[in-house]
Formats: sequence, C-alpha cells, structure tokens
Amino acid sequence: MDLRNTWDRWPDANGRFGEFGGRYVAETLMPLVLELEAEYRKARQDPAFAAEMQDLWTHYVGRPSPLYFAERLTEHFGGAKIYFKRDELNHTGAHKINNCLGQVLLARRMGKKRIIAETGAGQHGVATATICARFGLECVVFMGETDVERQKPNVFRMRLLGAKIVPVSSGTGTLKDAMNEALRDWVTNVETTFYCIGTAAGPHPYPEIVRDFQSVIGREARAQILEREGRLPDAVMACIGGGSNAIGLFHPFIDDEGVRLIGVEAAGYGIETGMHAAALNGGRPGILHGNRTYLLQTEDGQIIDAHSISAGLDYPGIGPEHAFLRDMGRAEYLSCTDDEALEAFQLCTRLEGIIPALEPAHAIARVGEVAKDLGKNGLMILNLCGRGDKDVFSVAKALGVDV
Amino acid sequence: MGRTRIEGAFAEARRENRAVLVAYLMAGDPDLETSYAALCALRDNGADIIELGAPFTDPMADGAAIQKAGLRALANGTKLTDVIALAARFRKDDQTTPLILMGYANPVHSMGYETFADAAATAGIDGSIIVDLPPEEDAPLRELYTRHGLSVIRLATPTTDEHRAAKVSEGASGFIYFVAVTGVTGAGSADPAAIAGQVAMVKRVSGLPVCVGFGVKSGAQAAEMAKIADGVVVGSAFVEKAGDAHATGRFKAAAPAMGALARELRVAIDSVRKA
Repeated sequence: MDLRNTWDRWPDANGRFGEFGGRYVAETLMPLVLELEAEYRKARQDPAFAAEMQDLWTHYVGRPSPLYFAERLTEHFGGAKIYFKRDELNHTGAHKINNCLGQVLLARRMGKKRIIAETGAGQHGVATATICARFGLECVVFMGETDVERQKPNVFRMRLLGAKIVPVSSGTGTLKDAMNEALRDWVTNVETTFYCIGTAAGPHPYPEIVRDFQSVIGREARAQILEREGRLPDAVMACIGGGSNAIGLFHPFIDDEGVRLIGVEAAGYGIETGMHAAALNGGRPGILHGNRTYLLQTEDGQIIDAHSISAGLDYPGIGPEHAFLRDMGRAEYLSCTDDEALEAFQLCTRLEGIIPALEPAHAIARVGEVAKDLGKNGLMILNLCGRGDKDVFSVAKALGVDV
Repeated sequence: MGRTRIEGAFAEARRENRAVLVAYLMAGDPDLETSYAALCALRDNGADIIELGAPFTDPMADGAAIQKAGLRALANGTKLTDVIALAARFRKDDQTTPLILMGYANPVHSMGYETFADAAATAGIDGSIIVDLPPEEDAPLRELYTRHGLSVIRLATPTTDEHRAAKVSEGASGFIYFVAVTGVTGAGSADPAAIAGQVAMVKRVSGLPVCVGFGVKSGAQAAEMAKIADGVVVGSAFVEKAGDAHATGRFKAAAPAMGALARELRVAIDSVRKA
C-alpha cells in the first residue's frame, strides 16, 4: 500500500501546501501539534499500525466499499458512464470513519484517553463516538445548536454510543462554532485530550493526516475502475465542505493528468445572495482554525457565517490542499444550491434506489453536466460519501411534508 | 534606536522595585468613546501597559467574557482601522504609556501585514500579541516590525518546556506573556507556586521581562503573581466592567469602574516589594 505520489512533497516541512496550510494555533497547542506530527511520522513507518488499521477497515468498517455502475442515472443524463464509490455503505454510513479510526489509533499510541471532536451533520461525531465505544475511550462531541436541531437522529446515536454532546450556541451554532469550542476544550485539557478533527483542515499535520487516511477511497476506486473498465476515469467528483472525502478521492489520481478532479461546493441560496458555503467560489485567502486557506470573510477580515441546507457542508472555510489544487489549476470547483441538491437527492433515490446524504447530493446535482461534457465514451466516478437516513426529516421539512 | 516605551515601563517599575500592571480592554466595547475614556482611566489609575483588544468573530483562545465583548464591539461596527485610530487618539496626549494590540491573525492578514505595520507604527502602537501567530508563522510580520520598531510579544504557557521557550524567545521583544493556565481567558485561576519555576525559566531563556496573565481577577491574586513575575496581566475582569455598562446602558459608568479596579490591582501589586 504505497501512499506516495509526486504531490506528496506537499505539505512541506512547515505544513504548507504552497501558500496554504500552516500551523496558526495558540502557543499552548504548539507543542501538541508538533508531538502529533512526530507520532504520526513514526506510526506511518510502523507495520503494526498499518496492520491494525487494515484489519479494522476490513472487518469493522467494511472496506473496500464497492464501486457501483449507476446505470439508470447514466441513462438519464445520456453522457459518460457514472460510477458511484459507495462509501455510504461503510459502518456508520459515511466516509468519516476512515479517518476517525486512524486518528483514534494514533491517540491510543500517544496514551490519550479522552477524545474530542466537532461535528456538523453529525457523521464525524457518530464515527468518532463509534470508534471510542469500540476502544473504551471517553468521547466528547461539540455540535452547533442549529445542527443539534436539524440532525436529531445522529445526536441520539452519539448518545447511545456513550458520547457526551456539547451543544454550542455561539455564532450561528453550526460547524465553525463547534470547531471553536473544540479548540477551547483542547487548550484547556491539553494533557489528556486528543482532538480528532473530521475534515482535511486545521493546523498541520491534520490536513495531511486526514488526507492520508481518507486516501483509501481513491486508492480503492482507482484499482476498482482499472479492473472494471481497464482504464482510468476521465473525471472524479465529490462534494466539498472542509473537503475530506474529496481529497481522499482526488489524491491517488493527482498524478494521473488525464483525470479531471472536480469538487462541488455548497452554494446555499446562491453565491450571489451571500448565503452560501462556497469558500473557493465566493471567498478569499485568510487564517482560521489553524490554517491559511480560502474563507468567507468581510472586507475587515471577520468570518462570515456559512449557509447550506447540508449541515456537513455548512463551513466558511475549506481544507488548505483544495485551496492549493485550485490555485495550481489541478482541480476544478463547481457549486450547487440547496434547491439543486434537494432535486438531486430525489433523483438519485428514485433512479438508483440509493438515498444519498444531502452532502453528496450536491455532487450528484452537477454530475449530469460533467457526464454530458465528457460524452458517451466518458467515464467518471462520484464519491457517494454518505447515506441519507440522517437527512430524511430535514428533506421532508424542506419539501413541506409532515413526517 | 532609543529605548522603547515598553522598555521604559519596565525600567520605571524596576526603579520602584515593583511589578508592572498590564490591563486589557476590548476596543469598541461598549463603544469607541467609552474605550477612549477607559484607556485614560486605566492609565490614570496605575496601568503601566495597556493591551487594546481587536475584536474577531472566532476568538478560539478566549472564554465567554472576551468572546461576548468582541461580539459587542463587532455589533457596533468596530473595525481594525477603528482600533488603530483609537490608539492614535490616545497617543496624541500620551507619549509614554505603551499600547499593545491584541487579537487574532485574520483581520491583520486581511488588512495586509505591511499596511497594518505601517498604520500601527504611525498610530503610536508599540507592539502586538497575535494569539494564533506562533513563532513558526509570524516571520513576515516580524520583519516589518523590526523596521518599524514594533515589539513582537509572544506567549509562553504551561506546555512550554525549555526547548520550546528558546523557540518562543527567538525574535521576541518587549516582554513574554506567560499564560498561567492551560485554558481560555477568564477561566480558572493559576497557583503561583506551580508556575513560579517555569516563569523563572522563561525569563532566563528569553532574557525578557515576563508578565503573567489568565485567571487573575482580584488584587489578592495579582499580588501573588507579582511575587513571581515582572508583571501581571488582567483582562476579563476589566472586560466584565464594560459588559456591565452595556447591560445597564450606562456607558459612562464603565471607565470609572475600570479605573477603580486598576487602582485596586495596582495597590495590591505595589504592596509586593521586589528586590
């Protein structure tokens, strides 16, 4: 299992992807962040770490996830063949567990007994709570009040798993505020606590760690498509909030020049309205949550609250490697509104019998255009990074249905 | 270059065998006019150095009091340029009291480091503490500060060992701000006995004065910290006075209340005679 490719020289020794990334944290956390990096370097060299991870991926998470030919969606759009990478079939229903497993194994190596996490849609929270239950570790999940309300099933699941949920009321009570509060807890309980970050953002080495653990998605997909179709895809697509599922899918394809890497940001009510979560399409570079990246911000450098129907994409920043891939011209970033995502959610459900989470529904909403652009002979993979069970109530509400 | 205002404040305290009092207030809370009155009241009641907080939407290292103060300042439209203008207004009539801008990286980054350093120096600001710019990330700002004679004030914490203290000291100037507790501002109080050795270590490694803050609210606590450090920083307790003024709508009460607290703290600090 070789993770390396020529883009692995990023992040550099300072944790930078070009001019993005870095370690913008309070001094209290600096020794921790440096220790984590050293421990991660050791773990990567340790065959026992890889073996334990692989064993749990196979028997606990259910990897590899299938690569599925979405035949009716392909017919519907009449363009390129569309495959789904079925990461929604993972234990706990999303890609998040790939990374949680790795980080909690790291925490165990570091002797940390208390795990904290932030969560938006609740998928990362559920995955973290799950792994903590599996290893008997204390788990505290910070979740914005707004998200606690719109993701009730996941809140209950986390409680069943033994996690403590801390609702966060500051700001708009969404993912950004949950992350602030998790950082405050970490600063306070720095000796005992491991912060399990759910997306490919935060201070170095988190963007690299999360990318590496999530790259299992792209590695599997690349091998599976070569086996099924005998060639590489013309495009791979994923939705982007912080960007962990997308970077996990993209990274093993970065060296394959013919493969377009396409991310889809949440445009909320529309980028022109200012009520969106599209940091690359509607933001500019800044510093937040430990890294320099594209952010939604005012002229004065104050952070603007994001908006998306999808709690998992409702974040004003984006992982620094995506900022880098965008500026290098290696990846393209589209966007999709709430309404378009809702339509795609229903389309996928009816045509494929798969209820997607609202997050990948954003990518599905743009897949038709790309499929047509590539034409009949084209081939593409879309990461179906989460299942929609958690969204059934909020979708019903958006459609005016009383469940 | 002559002695900086920050060096002057420490020199004066040394002459008087006492620690310095560093007072923090959030600029624009409850409004800029009140902040100006508060700056004067703090100075008149014994604050040797004043930290001028610049509000930020996402203050990751701050507890509830300063978070709310920042949001109040932002709600009435306080911008980084207003904070700098407030410093300039104070500097017109006060050539000696050091003013340090304290805040987070993004507003400064958004203005542009060069523009910010120019504006801060012109306004008579003496240095800054940017919470989320550790030594690994502040090089661009540091170079500009050197050119403008501004101080880069760094933080040390209970997690700072001797090796890290050397890194923190590299390029630092003015003083080192020792964060007494692992935690956010305004949280639990520190035990001076537990950190005394570390404060002394940081002072030895950096060769700079060390001021201790976080969790210091009363005169008694300030006096205890004055025994082990060159200075004592008090923030949330002042900010709470501004919060009271906002809650009651009596903005004019804020500056006298902050002045009275400064006087109480200064008397307590002065009771500790230093060798």
